[in-house]
Amino acid sequence: MSLTLLEIEHIARLARLEITPAEVETACWQLNGIFSLIEALQAVDTAGIEPKTHVHDAWQRLRADEVTYRDEDGAVRDLLQSIAPDAENGLYLVPKVIE
Amino acid sequence: MTWEIVIGLETHTQLATKSKIFSGASTAFGAAANTQASLIDLALPGVLPVLNKGAVECAIRFGLAVEATVAEKSAFARKHYFYPDLPKGYQISQLESPIVQGGHLDIMVGQGEKSYEKRIRLTRAHLEEDAGKSLHEDFHGKSGIDLNRAGTALLEIVSEPDMRSAEEAVAYAKALHTLVRWIGICDGNMQEGSFRCDANVSVRRPGAPLGTRREIKNLNSFRYLKEAIEFETRWQIETLEDGGQFEQATVLFDPATGETRAMRSKEDAHDYRYFPDPDLLPLLVSADWIEREQTALPELPAAKRQRFISDYGLSAYDAAILTASLEMADYFEAAVRASIPAAAKLCANWVMVDLAARLKREDREISEAAVNATQLGGLVMRIMDGTISNAIGKKVFDALWAGEGSDADEIIEKHGLRQITDSGAIEGLVDEALSANPVSVSEYKAGKEKAFNALVGQVMKAAKGKANPQQVTELLRQKLASG
Repeated sequence: MSLTLLEIEHIARLARLEITPAEVETACWQLNGIFSLIEALQAVDTAGIEPKTHVHDAWQRLRADEVTYRDEDGAVRDLLQSIAPDAENGLYLVPKVIE
Repeated sequence: MTWEIVIGLETHTQLATKSKIFSGASTAFGAAANTQASLIDLALPGVLPVLNKGAVECAIRFGLAVEATVAEKSAFARKHYFYPDLPKGYQISQLESPIVQGGHLDIMVGQGEKSYEKRIRLTRAHLEEDAGKSLHEDFHGKSGIDLNRAGTALLEIVSEPDMRSAEEAVAYAKALHTLVRWIGICDGNMQEGSFRCDANVSVRRPGAPLGTRREIKNLNSFRYLKEAIEFETRWQIETLEDGGQFEQATVLFDPATGETRAMRSKEDAHDYRYFPDPDLLPLLVSADWIEREQTALPELPAAKRQRFISDYGLSAYDAAILTASLEMADYFEAAVRASIPAAAKLCANWVMVDLAARLKREDREISEAAVNATQLGGLVMRIMDGTISNAIGKKVFDALWAGEGSDADEIIEKHGLRQITDSGAIEGLVDEALSANPVSVSEYKAGKEKAFNALVGQVMKAAKGKANPQQVTELLRQKLASG
């Protein structure tokens, strides 16, 4: 399998990446290089092997349902918002997004 | 030619956990903006999600309650899309191996003789996290972002496209709403967004393949659900009948106009680039754990409904109303226990009519009723054994509600409401009424049945409503026949 220049542009748009035509070419060449490695992996006979969703042979640890984070007075929030581009009344402000 | 309407629902239920699904921040509603947004909820670099056991418990309980398969092994995936109230740029959800697979919900559609039961199949239910909230009021032309809700545990419940009318969709949504509250996994508060429906709607000629569907997003009331589906199906049918076409789309319902309108352009919209989340290991749910949840599960609405019908002789309709919530069902049963099983039908009437009307008038929940189930059962008992009439019962109920006594017996004694059953006393009252109302007597003898009711009324008035109505009627008939 290999990617086309159009597919690269599509993926870039989904990922909100702005890339120049020259970069599209480079990305296409690089990603197709990775695909050739994946093809080598896919050539391995995996019949009878259960698919895994994670590289580690372990199960998710669970935490008890308890509130462990507290910021009632908003001190942590204010600290975080002091490094945010814009904030007001405890809200983060972003360019208007409405459909 | 007719059209067939096809509806499937996706319901987002906020799970009743104290903390979020992947962080220790509180999920309490109404806190100051961003004070319940931890570093994990804000997606700061280097943080790791840790799964909340309580959320998994809720999912297991739901799976058992709808007789679904609870997956021994399930996994979490990243669903990517860009929106400012989703700080990570992806939502942690489940795709290929959801925790709840299959299942079904039996619903009652309509009322009275036209009502029917229908089984709605479920596709799946999966765990995921909620997004934050975007506020579009004017912040100098910007949007405000509150991430308190970000990371709240959700169970998204997906039905098969088994519903054929807005009425069926509403009946399904209500049955689901009852169930999630019943098993204690969701508070069901629709105003606060704890229970939100997306409706997938399409139309087709009967027997034809499924038509193009449009998805109505974020319906947070049963009324909106009904109105939105009705508008959407009308629009689709009219468009097709006019020879038009439409594309698969996501639409929004505007409650002000009662209309739906297309929201996102379809291009790219459903390319979520799902992949397994490397931050989370697969989830293992042991058979022991499922067994424990099964044991802890209360008797479910459908089973209770059947039992009310067989044990107490209630009608299917009454049984359905009394199992609208676990609180109501428990109240009813406690009232029956405080009286006698033979009084069950009377208890049911009191709960469904008098109590329900009172609660509605005062805008209270049944848990806030000023007359508890034991008091109501005691009151019904005194009607059953003839101590008071049903009409006097209403006075006793009002007095109990006003806190004038601790039980019905105390009110009856205090206000002298005991029914007069002494036939000598009633006979005296009847004689008085006959001699004081000669006009009514002669009218009755001339064949006017209404005059008889007037005479009963006079006797009851003289008795201050306490005379046994049956005895009064019998005595009056005898006297009028002989005299």
